[in-house]
Amino acid sequence: MNILRKKSRANLPFSETAIELFIRLCGISSIIFVFGIFFFVFREGAGFLFNGLDLGEFLTSVEWQPTSLNNKRYGAFALIVGTCSVTVLAMCIAVPFGLGAAIFVSEFCSPKLREAFKIIIELLAAIPSVVWGFIGLTLMNQLIITVFNAPIGLTMLNGGIMLALMSVPIIVSIAEDALKAVPDSYREAAEALGATRWQVVYRVLLPAAKNGLLAAVLLGAARSIGETMAVLMATGHSVNIPSGPLSWIRTLTATIAAELGEVARGDEHYQVLFIIGILLFTITFVVNLIADLVIKGIRQEQ
Amino acid sequence: MRINGQISYMMLCLFGVLVCGFVMNGCSPQDDASVAKAEGIHFTMKNKGSDTMVNLAQAWAEKYIGISSTASVEVSGGGSGTGVAALINGTVDIANCSRQIKPEELELATQNTGKAPQEFIVGYDALAVYVHQDTPIDKITITQLAEIYGENGTITEWSDLGISHSRCPSDKIIRISRQSNSGTYFYFREALLGKSRDFGIGSLDLHGSKDVVEVVGRTPCAIGYSGMGYATSHVKMLEVAADSDSPYYPPNLENVLAKTYPIARPLYMYSLGEPAGEVKMYLDWILSAEGQKIVEKLGFVPLESK
Repeated sequence: MNILRKKSRANLPFSETAIELFIRLCGISSIIFVFGIFFFVFREGAGFLFNGLDLGEFLTSVEWQPTSLNNKRYGAFALIVGTCSVTVLAMCIAVPFGLGAAIFVSEFCSPKLREAFKIIIELLAAIPSVVWGFIGLTLMNQLIITVFNAPIGLTMLNGGIMLALMSVPIIVSIAEDALKAVPDSYREAAEALGATRWQVVYRVLLPAAKNGLLAAVLLGAARSIGETMAVLMATGHSVNIPSGPLSWIRTLTATIAAELGEVARGDEHYQVLFIIGILLFTITFVVNLIADLVIKGIRQEQ
Repeated sequence: MRINGQISYMMLCLFGVLVCGFVMNGCSPQDDASVAKAEGIHFTMKNKGSDTMVNLAQAWAEKYIGISSTASVEVSGGGSGTGVAALINGTVDIANCSRQIKPEELELATQNTGKAPQEFIVGYDALAVYVHQDTPIDKITITQLAEIYGENGTITEWSDLGISHSRCPSDKIIRISRQSNSGTYFYFREALLGKSRDFGIGSLDLHGSKDVVEVVGRTPCAIGYSGMGYATSHVKMLEVAADSDSPYYPPNLENVLAKTYPIARPLYMYSLGEPAGEVKMYLDWILSAEGQKIVEKLGFVPLESK
């Protein structure tokens, strides 16, 4: 293979070589960007992370008072809980809908309908998050007040619904790919044994595609954790340990977005916001890594 | 994983655009100024900062188009801290600030740009305490507000204020506040609690002066604070007294000028170094009777009569 490639490469015109080089650079640049971003975020926060920040307090205290005049406290526990709880809530809504839609699109609907569905789902993915936030702030706010008789609609539930709507397209696309990857022979064999369509899905396809489906869910969750604008606008942005879906919360991402614009560069508060960035980076990195490993798992099985 | 590839590609594009944006942004103001001076063409001043003042700054800029043929003003908000940060980086001509610049910021700006920021008081703002229009309360004291907003405050329910609020079944006061870096937040905290006590956590920290009034207007249980220029028909402004022995004053022009309304503050503009040329002309115009008329029109308190 390799010899063949080299041989043909020698005969290529200059433009081909140049294009190949360019594409190669593009590929490498994305790696450089990722490491560059990580390096930058880490460098900005490292000084205070290793020297001054009480990490125990940072991870366990709810006291987030970064602008106090004589008693600054950087407890991010409520923010971590906020991010986790709204993500879990979003997944509770998005997973059944996303997987259900994926099963429907891949197994039950006619080819014509399938194309239409895919276009619509991709449209859903294209809506900017600030638009979702705006819907949360106005429409969903009023809806939650009316339906649940809540004092205010800017709640975890509001943010969770917005995040669910944003991660459903990702879950559907990836889960549908995973179901498609199950060989048709499985379906044929199951149907030959007299299984109904639902039995085929439930007993054969879901177990066979479970890794891909798990990856879909994890990538959807990673999307929810990283989302900023919609949760900033829809969740009430309040440092608060939630007692239920109708409590208001504040997330890690929203805190960075709201406060970074106005802190003095190099300040303690500035560095703490970057430490939150490191924390977020770590969380999404772990989630993505698990998803990637799971996907790799499927590839090897096939 | 097609979608995965698409997303990373989009992010790459976005990143590229951002980088380009930063690069261009970083070098524009000085270039503009020197070009304008060299060729005598149109000069665009950059004016950035306080969210409280953004409507005012916008109104000034719009009016100024008809006054000066050689300069125009580009206004953006983002908060007092954002304005000061831009001043420190030397990327604006004038920073709007609803609090006074801190000594360390002053030093940083002087160090970074070689020019000391000059302070101008351009008007006054009274912070109004807003409640929903159906809340059966008309007046409140600073002491009560401190117990509502302060850390470990003793007032958490409307009944603690001695009222029964039929539109708020849970009786819990929903505290609406501002993000912890805004000038309004700093000023209100100091006016209520002095320098030693903090606001309690658990308030809804909204991102703009206007948002506060809007959310209060839709939430019967809520109480909030914002500039008095932002009042709408869905909210009520409370009369405020320093403590229960003092008389109550509604937030209005006369009371701010007479200094009887307890939560009013000056609004500042900062220029880099002694203002010169177009910047000086603009600041002079703002401080003139004509500029101050706009201050009053937008619900703030003008300098003149003070």
